[in-house]
Amino acid sequence: MLTVEGLRSRYGRIEVLHGIDLHVDSGEIVAVVGANGAGKTTLLRCLSGVQPVSAGTVTFRGEPLTVVPAHRRLARGLAQSPEGRQIFTNLTVAENLRLGAFLYSDDRVWKDMEDAFQMFPILREKRNLAAGGLSGGQQQMLAMARALMGRPSCLLLDEPSMGLAPIIVAQIFDVVKSLKALGVTVLLVEQNAFGALKVADRGYVMETGQITIQGEAAELIAHPRIREAYLGI
Amino acid sequence: MRISGKYWTLIFLAALIAVTPLFFPSGYYFRVGSLLFVNGLAVTGIVVLTGYAGQISLGQAGFAGIGGYACALAPVHWGVPPALAVVLGAAVSGVLAYLVGRPILRLKGYYLSVASLGFGILVAMVLNNERELTKGPDGINVPDIGLRGLLSDWGLNLTNGEFWYALTGICLLIGAWIALNLQSSPTGRALRALHGSEVAASTVGIDVARVKIQAFVISAIYASVAGSLMALQNKFVTPDIAGFLHSVEMVTMAVLGGVASVPGAILGAGVLTLLPQVLTVLAEYEQLILGLVMMGVMIFLQEGLVPSILRWFRGRDE
Repeated sequence: MLTVEGLRSRYGRIEVLHGIDLHVDSGEIVAVVGANGAGKTTLLRCLSGVQPVSAGTVTFRGEPLTVVPAHRRLARGLAQSPEGRQIFTNLTVAENLRLGAFLYSDDRVWKDMEDAFQMFPILREKRNLAAGGLSGGQQQMLAMARALMGRPSCLLLDEPSMGLAPIIVAQIFDVVKSLKALGVTVLLVEQNAFGALKVADRGYVMETGQITIQGEAAELIAHPRIREAYLGI
Repeated sequence: MRISGKYWTLIFLAALIAVTPLFFPSGYYFRVGSLLFVNGLAVTGIVVLTGYAGQISLGQAGFAGIGGYACALAPVHWGVPPALAVVLGAAVSGVLAYLVGRPILRLKGYYLSVASLGFGILVAMVLNNERELTKGPDGINVPDIGLRGLLSDWGLNLTNGEFWYALTGICLLIGAWIALNLQSSPTGRALRALHGSEVAASTVGIDVARVKIQAFVISAIYASVAGSLMALQNKFVTPDIAGFLHSVEMVTMAVLGGVASVPGAILGAGVLTLLPQVLTVLAEYEQLILGLVMMGVMIFLQEGLVPSILRWFRGRDE
């Protein structure tokens, strides 16, 4: 579904992605794990189109993605919950969800919103409140629900567990796992390597702008180097 | 039938416009009223640009100048009826806003403020210096709009003051109606979304640059129509209409009343139109009091008059 080959990107003169190769097959959950500053977020920013790509190709559903402007990528089926959640704090929860379906104006929008409330009941309770007043965990749920309102075939998730209490993190990862049943392919970028690899099918380890280790998620959890460096075991 | 807040705002505004003249002690107040409505119209355009989309223009007066001089020049040089010259001015302003905005609004940040500031100053300079066409700093006569004669042919005799009060009042209502409708439309949602986060707006499929340009063009048309009405009413226009101070005045009115709210912006226009009239009794202290009032509002009612007052009332209900 998503293939990245030799992807390079730079901030000014400093290159931060030195040729990334990865692929995500339809129906998979793929995790990219790594320490702070490894370039994970830059990778996602390249995929969502807000960060220029200096070399390499990105193919999404058989078509080149790098030439597609950021705001057209959702229509191609690629949604994302961006770093720092980026919810519309000045709008209500319901308005945030409605904006997630900005491209659509049919009846399915209301059905999808109902599904989002099923998935995250707390959002139903708070639907008429300003999204800026939500807790961090609720904002993360809203960001994911908003991305799903866009009817994606593939969802990019940037650090969904960042800054959240462990119980909320578990809840978020449960939802990520449940996306598989909905037929949504997921590319998950996480510092929380253990949590991410537990829900993922495959994983990539990223270090200073390169993929250093890749494999089945279960293998990676058992990998001695990963256990030592990322899982703290 | 449930009437939404939008229509209550319009009904209240219409009632206010219709009823207030009953209490006018003299014809002069019709003139003050229409001045207020014209300012309110220009400031409503700023609500769309700044309140909804979060972009700041310091060159709105430039568009008002184009609107004003369109009404002065087009009827004389090309035989365009003055009422149509309003439309012509709005079209020119819209196109210019598009041309200025297109390269600028692709960028994030404060570029629009600087570029629009430059644009406004440029318009003022052209109006001051192209004496052959504009007659320079002394200003130029503007032909009569001609509608008042038309109305009296139909048996409706209005004084000049009454006529302009009614016409500008109706224009303000239409402008407020459009802005309020825009707020709940997909474009309005897109504008308020990008105000919150441009990255997130583009991830949900909003073409951020395009929507920002739309907002800028809309606000330019509002300013242009307001400038036209001002010139037609005064039957005279000077380059001051396009001056930097006029731009700042418009932004100040919007911020004072509450920039994200249409009734707020109109109230802001009202306060800053009426206050100087009231304060003339204080002579040289006028500016001082005006400054103190504005500082007080910004310190104690940071969101502007209307949103702060509404919040206060809601807070008391609970």
